[in-house]
Amino acid sequence: MIELKNLHKRLGGRDILKGLSVKVPKGMNFVLMGPSGTGKSVTLKHVIGIFKPDLGSVHVDGQDVPAMDRKQLMALRKRMGYLFQNGALINWLSVADNVALPLKEHSQLSRSEVDDRVHEVLKLVGMDHAGKQEPPEISGGMKLRAGLARALVTNPEYVLYDEPNAGLDPIISEQIHELIGEVRDRLSVTGLIVTHSRACATQCGDRIGILEAGKLAVEGSVDEITASDHPLARAFMGQGSD
Amino acid sequence: MNLAAGTIRFLAERTGSAGYVVNLLVRTALCLPRIPRRLRFLLDNCFNAGVRALPVTLVVAAFAGAILAMQTGIELRRFGNTNVLGTITALSMCREMGPFITAVILAATVGSSIAAEIGTMKVSEEIDALEVMSIDPVDYLVLPRVLALALMCPLLTVLSNLIGIYGGSIIAEQNLGVSPDLYWVGAIESLTSSGTLLPKEVYVGLLKSLIFGVAIATVSCAAGLKARGGALGVGLAVQTAVRNSVLLIIVLGFVITWFFYFLT
Ligand SMILES: Nc1ncnc2c1ncn2[C@@H]1O[C@H](COP(=O)(O)OP(=O)(O)OP(=O)(O)O)[C@@H](O)[C@H]1O
Ligand SMILES: [Mg+2]
Repeated sequence: MIELKNLHKRLGGRDILKGLSVKVPKGMNFVLMGPSGTGKSVTLKHVIGIFKPDLGSVHVDGQDVPAMDRKQLMALRKRMGYLFQNGALINWLSVADNVALPLKEHSQLSRSEVDDRVHEVLKLVGMDHAGKQEPPEISGGMKLRAGLARALVTNPEYVLYDEPNAGLDPIISEQIHELIGEVRDRLSVTGLIVTHSRACATQCGDRIGILEAGKLAVEGSVDEITASDHPLARAFMGQGSD
Repeated sequence: MNLAAGTIRFLAERTGSAGYVVNLLVRTALCLPRIPRRLRFLLDNCFNAGVRALPVTLVVAAFAGAILAMQTGIELRRFGNTNVLGTITALSMCREMGPFITAVILAATVGSSIAAEIGTMKVSEEIDALEVMSIDPVDYLVLPRVLALALMCPLLTVLSNLIGIYGGSIIAEQNLGVSPDLYWVGAIESLTSSGTLLPKEVYVGLLKSLIFGVAIATVSCAAGLKARGGALGVGLAVQTAVRNSVLLIIVLGFVITWFFYFLT
């Protein structure tokens, strides 16, 4: 379980998070929505210990994340996958090498086992044909999918998705949503998903929270939010939004 | 009042970033046992540094040697003493000029590209991505770069020294009327005849270039790792890297020569 309580964070002279609380039970996908620049990515980075809160607490499976030393943090991160907003692929490694990186650094797998696993996840995100290409020569959507493959390759228990369908065409978006749902159902992965897309929220989300002014303005199950008449809920989840 | 506050802030910032560089150097040293895993990156980085810096180093070294021979030659001519020109050119090239110009060129070519590369990785969240995969950026990025320059800077310096001495010989012959034989005998003797295998000048010069290489790489990596705010931030990182490298080369060069020739 991921539990953020009363999170406060000041960055670049501005209060970004002001008392955010989110609870993601095991095996559930929590969708975090909200206007641009409200601190959604910053929130994800607190969960994995890149940022430390100024005030408030971050717990994963009851463990206090900001209090972890380097070793504990490494152990936690090995159980988590993180899809960065633009993929954040290492620029001078091919797509396949990027996806293989966490395996090569930390697992005892042989080279052919690594190759097999890499091929398998690349296929899941529809990128098996592009393994040899380098990040500068592929599109934004492909980078994102390679980033997703890298986040999933170690079979993590938790995955943090930062806009998993940004810049994808409707067909591939659909595939990715299915994949995220499947990852939860088959591997009971717990997910925290940042997205602007209603389709993504309804297809892969269990609960939705909408961030505004540093805390959740509304929170509820997908149906509750879809039916809600809160202006933000209507803007993000109502008819005609997307 | 404002001036005082500004000065204090400036000094605090400088101390802070110096502290960061020293900290980075220590962390890099602690990663040294992991170098077998980074051998490929190390070789890549060595090769890159060589390719980037070699051509311009050779040209500059030839001219530097020529200038050295010219400057000392003009004075020596007044005392009718140009027969020691080879000795003087060889020794000052090895002790001071070779390490200095090689390091400055490495700072401008390799240091700047290290800062740009790591800075770009920083602002596009690639460094964060490494952290998230539990890969230490110091081990993965900094260590191979620091070691590569620690190896390549002395290597290029040796080449610079040789080319510089050769450049000096042209001036000696063409403009100062020193016969090549005399020049080269002086140069070679000064570099071979000593109690040790090689004279102190060569060792001091090589030690210097080793330290310069480490300094350039560490300072440039630090600048890259601290970059933020998009392309502009990367530009600033490059500027910081080159400025701090050149500053360090001058100051460390002075300190090392002073230590070996005036303190001991
Ligand atoms: N390292 C940082 N230093 C200073 N300010 C930062 C830093 N990271 C983020 N911010 C600021 O925090 C605010 C929230 O950023 P964040 O990336 O979380 O937004 P977001 O909700 O993910 O927006 P988007 O939907 O556009 O991705 C922004 O105003 C950003 O400028
Ligand atoms: Mg974001």
